[in-house]
Amino acid sequence: MKRWQEYIWLRLTGDAQSDRVVPRAGYSAWLVVFTAGAMAFLAVFALALSLAAGRLADRWGAELARTSTVRISAPDAQVAAQTSAALNVLKTTPGVASARALTTEEQAALLQPWLGADLPIDSLPIPQLIEVVETSEGYDAEGLRLRLSAEAPGAVLDDHTRWRRPLITAANRLRSLGIVSMLLIGLATAAMVMLAANAALAANAQIIRVMRLVGARDIYIARAFVRRFTIRTFGGAFAGTLAAMLAVALLPRATDDVGFLTGLGFVGFHWLLPLLVPMFAAIAAFWATRTAALRTLGRLT
Amino acid sequence: MIELRDVAYNYGGGDLLSEITLKLPPGSFHFLTGPSGAGKSTLLKLCYGELLASAGSVRIFGDEASEMDRDAVALARRRIGVVHQDCQFLDHLPITDNVALPLTVSGRDREAEEQNLQDLLTWVGLTDRARALPPQLSGGERQRAALARAIITSPDVILADEPTGNIDWEMSLRLLSLLVELNKMGKTILIATHDLNLIRSAKSQVNARVLRIKNRRLQLAGADL
Repeated sequence: MKRWQEYIWLRLTGDAQSDRVVPRAGYSAWLVVFTAGAMAFLAVFALALSLAAGRLADRWGAELARTSTVRISAPDAQVAAQTSAALNVLKTTPGVASARALTTEEQAALLQPWLGADLPIDSLPIPQLIEVVETSEGYDAEGLRLRLSAEAPGAVLDDHTRWRRPLITAANRLRSLGIVSMLLIGLATAAMVMLAANAALAANAQIIRVMRLVGARDIYIARAFVRRFTIRTFGGAFAGTLAAMLAVALLPRATDDVGFLTGLGFVGFHWLLPLLVPMFAAIAAFWATRTAALRTLGRLT
Repeated sequence: MIELRDVAYNYGGGDLLSEITLKLPPGSFHFLTGPSGAGKSTLLKLCYGELLASAGSVRIFGDEASEMDRDAVALARRRIGVVHQDCQFLDHLPITDNVALPLTVSGRDREAEEQNLQDLLTWVGLTDRARALPPQLSGGERQRAALARAIITSPDVILADEPTGNIDWEMSLRLLSLLVELNKMGKTILIATHDLNLIRSAKSQVNARVLRIKNRRLQLAGADL
């Protein structure tokens, strides 16, 4: 690994004279810089999406895994008694840290986003909800269901499994999608640089001929192109990364009210991760240009 | 140094060169003549490994050209200075950088060679044109710059392809005298030219062997020159 680092560093910083043998190109040079910048911008957003999806999956997994709900659906006259019975069962159940019946106001607040604030929910046959918080070991859900059905026939235990699984699956897929997007962006960047390098090599065939005439080895000629394209890609990607980090920083902060859409930013040390994007872009450009150059030089006789 | 034995070269539409045998010993001076299209440039390209023979053997500094990889050819070319009729410069670099190009590509320290470079530019009379770009130079200046580039690394062999093709007679003689001077320093010289007057002028200055390509074959030129 260290040898590779030294090799790349030497190739990038070594012989500025070799860089001069290739004339400075016009718009194609700026196309590489611009495309690298745009790709880096997209890559940073893909990274932000991936990290946010990961955080969401972890949060949903942790929060929902630790809580359950018991719903008491019984005739009005029996609700209080069955609630009390269910709470007694829960208090004596191993793995249950706490259990409490939600107040009418709390239940109304849960329904408010769907039914509105003015709806007289007192007049609706709404079941009583009991919030159950588990210990880290958790409880035996099947055993608890059996006990609840014996003591409070109207009680239904919902351990959130059927909600949690698809949500976590969706978040994990979103995270995977972000990673795949970054890989595709990396490959697209490499392909773009390779195309540009091929075009530059074709445009500079006369220079290659002269270089060979005076005894230049293929690696020397390739280096002139590799150095230039790598530096351009790094510069473009660095600017794109900074712009994307600024854009992410300006996104609204995460709040419980609007959840995921405002949680796209980076958190803590994750702010350092986008800085890897220009480095990976430069490595991709180095590899792509070197491959293209040596292949083209091999074909030229 | 460079040796061709029973060499043929085929462009795809029949042999351009056939049964060519040529040996360039150290310190020798050769002229290669023949009509346009006879294959003079092709023969020179075979000598420095730009083309590979269709048949026969080409040995460059003892190595069989057909068995040399591109790196080996590149290293061999550092020992061969080539002057083309069209010079072949990097037009975006000043003459001084073009002349120094063989030093650069062979990894030699440009600063350490700076005095040598300046002396060489003085020798070919281009000191005051050192910062000019190749398109800004006259034909004669370009040829002299090409010669300077060809000898900056003090190669063992100098191959010149119609070096006086684009310049006037006075400049041709000046260029010839530079090549003769190099030969006296021990360099092996091969000049391809159809300019018989140039060959006649050289004969009074140097013991040159004159070869002619006729009917695809190489022969020693006679007294008609």
